[in-house]
Amino acid sequence: MKKKNEIKIFSPDMKMADLVEINYRLLTVLARFRFGFGFGEKTVAQVCSEAGVDTDAFILICNMYSYSGYMPTEEALRSADPMTVVEYLHTSHSFYMEDGFSALEQLMDRLVEPCPPDRKRIILDFLEGYRKEVENHFEYEETVFFPYVESVTGGNVSGDYSASKFEENHSNIEEKLSDLKNIVMKYLPAGCAGSLAGDVLYALFSLSEDLQKHTNIENYVLVPMVNRLEAHKEEA
Amino acid sequence: MPSRVMARGVEGVFHDLGEFKVEGIVSDISSREETILKNMTVDAIIVDPVIFPHSAQSNARHLISEYTDAAVVAFPSAVLGEEASRQYDAVLNLYDTPADIIHKLRTAVSAPKDGMSAEGSELSSREKDILICVAKGMINKEIADLFNISIHTVISHRRNISRKTGIKTVAGLTVYALLNNLIDASSVE
Repeated sequence: MKKKNEIKIFSPDMKMADLVEINYRLLTVLARFRFGFGFGEKTVAQVCSEAGVDTDAFILICNMYSYSGYMPTEEALRSADPMTVVEYLHTSHSFYMEDGFSALEQLMDRLVEPCPPDRKRIILDFLEGYRKEVENHFEYEETVFFPYVESVTGGNVSGDYSASKFEENHSNIEEKLSDLKNIVMKYLPAGCAGSLAGDVLYALFSLSEDLQKHTNIENYVLVPMVNRLEAHKEEA
Repeated sequence: MPSRVMARGVEGVFHDLGEFKVEGIVSDISSREETILKNMTVDAIIVDPVIFPHSAQSNARHLISEYTDAAVVAFPSAVLGEEASRQYDAVLNLYDTPADIIHKLRTAVSAPKDGMSAEGSELSSREKDILICVAKGMINKEIADLFNISIHTVISHRRNISRKTGIKTVAGLTVYALLNNLIDASSVE
């Protein structure tokens, strides 16, 4: 019997259109790589090379993004370009701050708008605190870790920073988002625009899912890649 | 447990088999005893349902849960109806062998007390006290000193609070406490 739900790991020679057909959520990833549409019958490899994107890194990110238990193989980590991964993570950061988060804030504003001012304040303050936390988290990666990855990729040895330092400081930014889900789902103050709660929850769940994948790509793709480069450096 | 013979029996079984230990014996439900119950940290409470008036039999378990998160095990001196039995995490029988008793307790203590069911997921009054402290920004050590309990107990309460509410961060718990009017905005910072 044919297994219908068999997991399809993505490959460079499949059609780009089929990739989206398998998991439409990859549209988010495509947008972050700034791929335009109308790719006709082109394969993933063709679309990537025309756009100047490293195919192996793109495939690796698609697999991480689509399959929660997926762990990249040694070979996949070796062949993919670390700076393409960094570029993707960097674009994702702007997406979170400019799109995901702003959309959530607007929805949240409308949700709590009709409820008493003190209740409104409690929830909006929490959201604002969270935004600051996320901003700090991203800023650390942008100003410390990513530049470090760039210098290691370029073969430079400098300072005493390392990927393990990054891992130590890598805080969990989904926790508060998950708290917010429960607050909206279970403890929403009376008087809120309840009809919007579903939209807010949908936004919260997708943002938190996306952030989880983002974190996984950092921890299970970028960090091991850098570890490998660091080991090379020491041998040399 | 009003029957001294039964209480001593449990103590004897625990002593012989060594896995559990009796932390205290409460012989009736009065306000003084309630305070004792509230301040004890135990894995399980063994109760003879006769201590509850007949009218309270059906929600006896609930009454105890007000004070503690521990598993509640019935050890009835008289026949306990099936309906009333169901509310307990386990029911011991006067004719159980010591091994049976330990086995039942072990199961009751390790079973997740509410899992996916909504029952028992309300915060106990002790948990609310601790939540208020957390929301006010107190650290575990300060909370432990305030209530005269161990840090380990504070942590275990906090774990239960997070499990029940689904809220893990201090900021999130503060929102919970504010929305549920456990504290007011002026007491935060």
